[in-house]
Amino acid sequence: MLLSNTEDIPGQRIVAFHGVVSGSTVRAKHLGRDFMAALKNLVGGELAGYTELLQEARQEAVDRMIADAERLGANAVVNVRFSTSSISQGAAELFAYGTAVRVEP
Amino acid sequence: MIGVLMSLGLLVLAYLWGGAVERNHLDDLVRRENAARGMPTVTLRTPPADWEVTDGRMVTGSVVISIDYFKRFVAGISMVFGGRLRSIEPLLERARREAIQRMREQARDAGYQAVINVRVETATLASMVTDKSVAGVEVLAFGTAVRLGAPATIR
Repeated sequence: MLLSNTEDIPGQRIVAFHGVVSGSTVRAKHLGRDFMAALKNLVGGELAGYTELLQEARQEAVDRMIADAERLGANAVVNVRFSTSSISQGAAELFAYGTAVRVEP
Repeated sequence: MIGVLMSLGLLVLAYLWGGAVERNHLDDLVRRENAARGMPTVTLRTPPADWEVTDGRMVTGSVVISIDYFKRFVAGISMVFGGRLRSIEPLLERARREAIQRMREQARDAGYQAVINVRVETATLASMVTDKSVAGVEVLAFGTAVRLGAPATIR
């Protein structure tokens, strides 16, 4: 599955549109990671545990979007966008969406 | 009394250590940005007409950064008076530069020569000033990495 956030896939030609596809996941903060992050909060700097947590969650949203596109018979998703919304104090939804297309070289 | 001394001690510790963490990060960023200087990274939606683009794919970079206890304390005071929050501004700058640099490194490591249509999104994990537990900001940078037939030039 080819992904891009531009209107087309560079070097390919779009032959069919399959509509909007999306994927999302809701994650709550992790107690162990939160404890480390609270300590790190004193001196500042990167909260690596959180960076990783959000990367994994976003990857899952992307994977679900890809599964959606595959179901429609697409081989690429163009104009991919991300959005994050906090559900409550300790939980967030990560959302990925784009337009499923069929491309040919 | 002991509580006040403890808080003061934490503030001094956070000021010294947090300052060092920030300086190290900025030095590291400058070094890595210089190393990747030859890689055009643009917000244009389509590549410039004279680029020979042969293939491309999406790349992302993200980071979660928090500010130290001292800067949060200073920001809390500044909030009373309003105006610029000078202690928060460097945090956001560091986070954006780090996310963009990681995106570029992902593109470079995969053998691409440029990144187009770069977009940056920012999300706060919790209130940076008032929240007692974790306070930080997540920045996500994403774009489309492209492979070029001939070296790109930015005029």
